Amino acid sequence: MKNSKILAFALLSIFTFSSCNNDDPIAVNEEELITTVTTTLTAGSQTVTLISRDLDGDGPNSPVVTVSGNLSINTTYTGAVTFKNESVTPIEDITVEIKEEGDEHQLFYQVQTAIGAFTYADADKNGKPIGLAFSLRTGASAATGNIVVTLRHEPLKSADGVAAGSIANAGGATDAQVTYPVVLR
Amino acid sequence: MQSKIYILCCFSLFCTYGYSQITVTGAITTQEGIPLAGSHVHIGKRNVSSDANGNYIVKKLSGGNTKVFISYVGFQSIDTTVNLVVDQVLDFTLKVKTDQLREVVIRQKANKLNKSLLEQNIKTATIEKFSNQTLGDVLKEIAGVSSLKTGSTVVKPVINGLFGSRVPIINNNVRLEDQQWGTEHAPNFDINAAGKITVIKGASGLQYGGDAVGGIVVIEPVSVKKDTLFGKTILNLASNGRGGSISSSLHKGNDKGWSWNALGTFKYSGDREAPDYVLSNTGNREANFSGDLKFTGKKYDVSGFYSYYNTTIGILSASHIGNVNDLDNAITNKVPAVVNDFTHSITNPKQKVQHHLAKMNYNYYFDETATLAVQYSFQFNKRLEFDVRRGEDRNKPALDLELATHAINIDYKKVVHDWTLKTGMATAFQNNFANVVTTGINPLIPNYNKIDWGAYGIATYDVSESLVFDAGLRYDYSQVDAAKFYYKSRWDERGYTSQFSHFIVGEDGDKWLVKPRFAFHNLSSSAGFHKEFGQNLHWYTNVSLATRNPNPSEFFSDGLHHSTGVIELGDLALAKEQAVKVSTTLQKKWTAFSIEVNPFINSIRNFMFLRPVGFETTTRGAFPVWEYQQTNARLAGVDVQTNWKINKQWQHDFALAYVNGRDLTNNEFLIDIPPLNLSNKIQFAKTDWNDLKLELKSEIIMRQNQFPDNNFTTNIFVNNELVPVRVDISTPPPAYQLLHFYSEMRFKTFGKSNTTIAFSVQNILNTTYRDYLNRQRFYADEMGRNFQLQLKFNY
Repeated sequence: MKNSKILAFALLSIFTFSSCNNDDPIAVNEEELITTVTTTLTAGSQTVTLISRDLDGDGPNSPVVTVSGNLSINTTYTGAVTFKNESVTPIEDITVEIKEEGDEHQLFYQVQTAIGAFTYADADKNGKPIGLAFSLRTGASAATGNIVVTLRHEPLKSADGVAAGSIANAGGATDAQVTYPVVLR
Repeated sequence: MQSKIYILCCFSLFCTYGYSQITVTGAITTQEGIPLAGSHVHIGKRNVSSDANGNYIVKKLSGGNTKVFISYVGFQSIDTTVNLVVDQVLDFTLKVKTDQLREVVIRQKANKLNKSLLEQNIKTATIEKFSNQTLGDVLKEIAGVSSLKTGSTVVKPVINGLFGSRVPIINNNVRLEDQQWGTEHAPNFDINAAGKITVIKGASGLQYGGDAVGGIVVIEPVSVKKDTLFGKTILNLASNGRGGSISSSLHKGNDKGWSWNALGTFKYSGDREAPDYVLSNTGNREANFSGDLKFTGKKYDVSGFYSYYNTTIGILSASHIGNVNDLDNAITNKVPAVVNDFTHSITNPKQKVQHHLAKMNYNYYFDETATLAVQYSFQFNKRLEFDVRRGEDRNKPALDLELATHAINIDYKKVVHDWTLKTGMATAFQNNFANVVTTGINPLIPNYNKIDWGAYGIATYDVSESLVFDAGLRYDYSQVDAAKFYYKSRWDERGYTSQFSHFIVGEDGDKWLVKPRFAFHNLSSSAGFHKEFGQNLHWYTNVSLATRNPNPSEFFSDGLHHSTGVIELGDLALAKEQAVKVSTTLQKKWTAFSIEVNPFINSIRNFMFLRPVGFETTTRGAFPVWEYQQTNARLAGVDVQTNWKINKQWQHDFALAYVNGRDLTNNEFLIDIPPLNLSNKIQFAKTDWNDLKLELKSEIIMRQNQFPDNNFTTNIFVNNELVPVRVDISTPPPAYQLLHFYSEMRFKTFGKSNTTIAFSVQNILNTTYRDYLNRQRFYADEMGRNFQLQLKFNY
């Protein structure tokens, strides 16, 4: 039982010396932070870029959303989404990581029927969609609305309707969710 | 101030009471006629020491048959009864002891912490029943104590509606320092190491601190004062979680010389199961050790103690959410988003916590009436929280805290005739280090250094055999030096620029480096009385003033809380919180029936709490923002306990607890107040049948109808249209009733050893329910039925 005493003293001295000098914290630029979600829609020579950028992370400032132009009716757009962390130098492209861990991620697109309909155009190693690439078929008449892009971490990809793009049964945790206002002409 | 007025009132009320006035005087000498100075004289309920000439005087005795006990180190004690009618002279001659080894040097009176507050105790037998569970679970045995849970293994005690920083936990005379401000931080304590647990429902344990706004939990280890060696092993097997625990302890007691204790505990459990599904990732592991070594000399004892607590706790997978849409899904779907097959393994999110406590004690006994106690303690707490992360950060913790606390306590106690005086001082240094190199995440809790200094005095005065007053005063100084990065946007949003710009010491891109310093001077006090009427009727009344400083999370919180999907913001401008609690207990015992009724009212000025203030949108979506605010609050309620010994075999216990919590400034109810609960237990015991015990217990937890409306509206896509949806985070779950069964039998094995076999069933009817005070109530049901087998070997 003397051992416990010796142990106590040993621990005591270790911690006394190791737990000091922590005064100045280190500023962390969080690598996983997604500041910028960029959605590019291309049809022939027309490219519409939708950007949501929030540089202060969980800070109080809201994301700044920019949309480069209007969408055209009755058009099939090829779409791609990128995720970036622009709070670090050099800027970190998180898209690669999402692609690599495609089986643990899925993007969901939610939009009013009048604006159009999304179809996935990529797949993970299990043949389930990731959603970084997609196509958007726009509606037949002019409309205004919102496109909501959601990135889910660890969704239940085999749940009912999820592979077809329905978020309802997807579960998992939301890593990103941005809303772009769009006008269809 | 209020407490002072109370003392005055109480004194003027009771000083007029009459009582018998018998005085006994005398002298204590050796057989050779040499006076024995400092002999211990105990007559009736009075304790005195003889003076330099061996003379003593004991006043205000009530007469009749009175116990007399005289002792002096190295001499045979005298233990007798004297019939006192008038003032008397009683001289005593003590004989030298021949058998020195058997001498009892230290005779301790039952060490009650407080006279004017009826303390609630949990004894070893009950603690052993909960060997496989947690401190928070066993404390629920006391009326008025409930629990705040995160899942089924993180359990924090709630006393009369208050918890966390408002309920300090004192383990073996050391204040447990383990980031207890966090609601998902359970006390770092192995329940098997407790010999006795005392709950004080107020701030009157001034020797431990002045900030116990809710109450104090005092844990004492098993202590053996006679010369013996014994051991105990408890083995538990539980069906729910498909795990169990083993705890073994050895105790070497001695009245003089060396004594020691050693204890080791292992716990292992897989996923718990609700009636309808597996609660995925709710397993836990625990490995604990504690031991002490003590040397008892003639007039002193010295001891060293060390304990180590190490746990890994899985956090329900379904409770990890990203934003309010996820939260809304969880609330509407009513089933966990993640239900996997049962497993023993634990994945992220999880907590890994280690706690070391090392301490040295030195007690000196001047004589039988005066003692000095010196204690140095060191605690080191390491907390790792793992979240669900991406890529290379996958196995990195999301939070890495190291909390080191050094404390020195010096306490002096003196009994002088009708007075018991306790005084002491305490000083502590604490360092919190939030490691960001390992996490790569800005910590919710910053680095800080804290220095505390306190001094107290408590006096107990026995006015008569049946009336006792006590009063105490404590002063505390506390200084906190923190260092933290704030987003400049957050600093501006908080409105800190005008008030706190002198704290800014540097910048890094879009962040300020801020070093706030806060200092507090606090006074706390307690006063009360205990009046014993005839026929076993007791009346206890206590008034206490507690002062609590804002804790690190109230000051500095700055970010998203993943389990609630809420952005929590601290406030540097918070002031200290002050509570005046009036508690009174009436206790009446008849031969077969006893009842205790304890109404209380706790008025808290500058009560700190989280209040919803709006929304913030980030890349992850929209989040409600809750900030720490202060209000004037009032908690009032009543605890009732009864015990009915129906006959030799049958016994019935009843307990009821009710609290009403009001936010007086905003005229609404307080959040997280335990609902009315009633417990009934019927026990059958038969000594002839191997000490057979059968117990059936019913717990009724009503629905909490008194809650603030913190619901909010957010836009969610429904049928491809964005529509505003009201997210109901406020409505408490419905009432429920649980039935539990417990049985045990004891068998003599060989020699003095025996074995107890206990079989119990928790939640017999496999009732599906959710608990208002469970942080995970939005995500999953509580645990279902559990069969437990316990084997206890005493040797």
